[in-house]
Amino acid sequence: MDESHHRMKSLIGIGVIAACLWWCATGSVAAEAQANMSPSPQLEQALVDVSSEQEGTREQAVRLLIEQGDASLLPRLEELRANADRSLRMAIKPVIDTWRNRANLVSPDADTRRTAATDLGMYGRPAAIPWLQAAAAKESHRWVRYAMEESALLLQLASDNPAGQEQAAAKLGDMRSQNAAPALQALVQAGGGESATGEQKALAHGAAAAIERIESWNVWSSTIETLFRGISLSSILLIMSLGLAIVFGLMGVINMAHGELMMIGAYATFVVQECFKLYFPESWFDSYYLAALPAAFLAAALFGLILEATVIRFLYGRPLETMLATWGVSLILIQAARMYFGDLTAITAPSWLNGGAQVLVGVFLPFNRLFIIGLSILSVIGIYALLFRSSIGLRVRAVTQNRSMSACLGIPTRKVDAYTFAFGSGLAGIAGWALTLVGNVEPGLGQNYIVDSFMVVVTGGVGKLAGTIIASLGIGGLNKLMEPSLGAVYGKVLILVLVILFLQRRPSGLFAVKGRHAEG
Amino acid sequence: MNTQKPHGDEIQSSMTPNDHVPSRRDFLVQSSRTVAGLGIAAVLGNLGTWALSWGADNEPIKVGVLHSLSGTMAISEVSLKDVVSMAVQEINAKGGVLGRQLKLVVVDPAANWDLFAEKAKQLLVQEKVAVVFGCWTSVSRKSVLPIFEEHNGLLFYPVQYEGEECSKNVFYTGAAVNQQAVPAVEYLMSKEGGSYKKFYLLGTDYVYPKTTNKILRAMLLAKKVPAANIMEEYTPFHHQDYQTIVGKIKKFAAGGGACVISTINGDSNVPFYKEFANQGLRAEDAPIMAFSVAEDELRGMDKTALVGHLAAWNYYQSVDTPQNKQFVANFKAYCKKNNLPDGDKRVTDDPIEAAYFGVHVWKQAVEKAGTTEVNAVRKAVYGQKFLAPGGEIMMDEANQHTNKPVLIGEILKDGQFKVVWRSKGLVKPEPWSEYTNPDKGCDWVNHQGTYKKA
Repeated sequence: MDESHHRMKSLIGIGVIAACLWWCATGSVAAEAQANMSPSPQLEQALVDVSSEQEGTREQAVRLLIEQGDASLLPRLEELRANADRSLRMAIKPVIDTWRNRANLVSPDADTRRTAATDLGMYGRPAAIPWLQAAAAKESHRWVRYAMEESALLLQLASDNPAGQEQAAAKLGDMRSQNAAPALQALVQAGGGESATGEQKALAHGAAAAIERIESWNVWSSTIETLFRGISLSSILLIMSLGLAIVFGLMGVINMAHGELMMIGAYATFVVQECFKLYFPESWFDSYYLAALPAAFLAAALFGLILEATVIRFLYGRPLETMLATWGVSLILIQAARMYFGDLTAITAPSWLNGGAQVLVGVFLPFNRLFIIGLSILSVIGIYALLFRSSIGLRVRAVTQNRSMSACLGIPTRKVDAYTFAFGSGLAGIAGWALTLVGNVEPGLGQNYIVDSFMVVVTGGVGKLAGTIIASLGIGGLNKLMEPSLGAVYGKVLILVLVILFLQRRPSGLFAVKGRHAEG
Repeated sequence: MNTQKPHGDEIQSSMTPNDHVPSRRDFLVQSSRTVAGLGIAAVLGNLGTWALSWGADNEPIKVGVLHSLSGTMAISEVSLKDVVSMAVQEINAKGGVLGRQLKLVVVDPAANWDLFAEKAKQLLVQEKVAVVFGCWTSVSRKSVLPIFEEHNGLLFYPVQYEGEECSKNVFYTGAAVNQQAVPAVEYLMSKEGGSYKKFYLLGTDYVYPKTTNKILRAMLLAKKVPAANIMEEYTPFHHQDYQTIVGKIKKFAAGGGACVISTINGDSNVPFYKEFANQGLRAEDAPIMAFSVAEDELRGMDKTALVGHLAAWNYYQSVDTPQNKQFVANFKAYCKKNNLPDGDKRVTDDPIEAAYFGVHVWKQAVEKAGTTEVNAVRKAVYGQKFLAPGGEIMMDEANQHTNKPVLIGEILKDGQFKVVWRSKGLVKPEPWSEYTNPDKGCDWVNHQGTYKKA
């Protein structure tokens, strides 16, 4: 009894709060248009007329509803819509959209406000201009304000007041608004016709000037974006190749199952995500991704250790046999993953990695890509520190350079091999973890990346970490540079051709290893 | 009966050379025995053949399944094998076809196009199956087509495809281009669909997207869409990096009125939709209309980036008919009972439905024809109607394809579709598009397949 009473109370409380919020959201808009919530007789009549069969009556009613209505009409209109035929639904759609968007201009969610502003700019009526301006004046979020101002100007540009149009064109040029380009283009065309009036010509002149400013900014923004894309692709290539650079580059083991180690990392991430879904409160969900990092590294490293101890150990110095054996292992792993996990598994990116940041007009940087860029830089620093600043790294380098000498000096080469291989595998696991942000998690995941990773390591020069870094930057950058003009298919083809030509000239890659090791 | 068969004599003498000259009595006894023996043998033999033929009448009819169970296409094709097995089980539970049970012969062509041809040959020549249900990609269908034509086999192909084909050995239960892509684009151009004016045709680089986009481009130009408002772009299979393309779409969509027509296939979809959302594009700015994304693919995707985008199919799991509810429940129960991966979390979609009713249409046709002989069955399939889960369908009277409804759906959070538009009645299939091949038709009743329209 007591408890249910309590629950009732809290329910009522929530209801009251929700009602207040709703009132705040819609009421403040409605207040200035109309004080009382019940529609005037005129609007009441319009609501009836809208259902009329006659085209003229209906159009007039729609116009009236847009000009004089307010958000309080929404429930009534929804009701109409629910049992309307298609033509009526089409007729009242602009009314509903207008009022819903206007209400959304003051929504607490920035994305909703922005969507509403953009929609009003695209499909709205001139009546929306003051609403947008008022909302923009109160707006604190820079890019939402930009969208509001832009939409107001777009509507002004579409109006039939030449002075206002010219002013809007100039302002839109100032704002470098990409959305305005088609409308401005239309004005230029209208002004270029033979029957154009003087007014139209002047307007066309202003529009042309605005287009020029927009286009020149476009060149800049695309340059920045292309640069960013190149860096982003490079960072992905780099993070994929780092593990391989150690396993193949330093140890000389051609591990065809390296891609599948990435797959293990990705599936480890998936398993951690599922565990969080099952055992932890929902508010913790976003942190699953960080918890998955050690899981992915350890899972892949452990598997690498097993792989080294059971297969690769017996095949050191026999590259062909290693290749065949590890290829077999990769096939087994792919099929095992397919049988156990099915074909596609969904990884939900944590909410803090969804979406992106707008930094300039037309320049949008997705968070997941920024994250991977940061991660690859951190990984490189970590690997350098480990290899060149620690005693383990010293041993690894010693064994790589001269195995027998190291053994003579008392370095346990077997152990060093095992650890190095496990570390390289763990890095593959981290790559798999990071790649869940941009791609699929599926059994064939490794196959998609393995060719690219080998390409990067070979181009960079086997055995040189710096080579791997430069090569991934070069290949990623070049790829993104060529893609806009050549398309994805030929861009990729050309990259492969370039790599082949390059390796013809320098078979040992960018950074050739010199000295005794090179011959042996 | 003549007992003095010289033949018998010869046998006798040859059997006992120089050893013992047979008396007349001996001879008589011997030969009568032989004859009796022959007679009994003959009777037994007859019995045997009769028994055999009786047995053959009750011997199961072999039905082939030619879907990749491993390799890159397994993700999509395994479900089709499952639903075909389910349909066969349903039919067997109701007494089979012509009083005979159906027996599945499942082979795995492993998404390898050469292996498809090899396995098709095995099914037709070695296993002598009455019919084959199979293939997903167009390239696999193209690779088995000559085999089916050479051995006069029968293939039920359940996936939407690019058309421009008219083989009498294939029944196409999926959509032709005019039953999916064309109405979808017409919808987007309509006031109800949003009156879109700019079209970005984006696809994976192979025959289905290229042919579909060729038809769509011809159609858009015919509808007076300026060429500058149509963009066409392809990516390789397994393409992962959609940054540049999404950037281009963003520029293309500036100012509004733009939509994306996606024929991206398989595992490239997730990176594409993710990048699309992450670069700040929304379904309201530029919706993506996809022809290769269905419930079964959505099952394994993170749906947040896809909500609000569109797809065009002939069936959705959410279609509200009593037979569909039953079908969905049966399929889930079947997957659970047979311990298939994901069990009762499995979903149905358009190709699954098309594969399912294909089996039933074949069964009805065999019953009408009274035999499993391919030519007779083919004639019986024409005009065959079946109450499919998504509503009644009708096999075309002459062109090997299926009359189906067209549905536009919006992707929801749970990976299901909300139907936002539905064609009036069934849409007649046109394997040769009126936009790219207006002079060609497909007819196996009044013509010999593809013919030139007068």
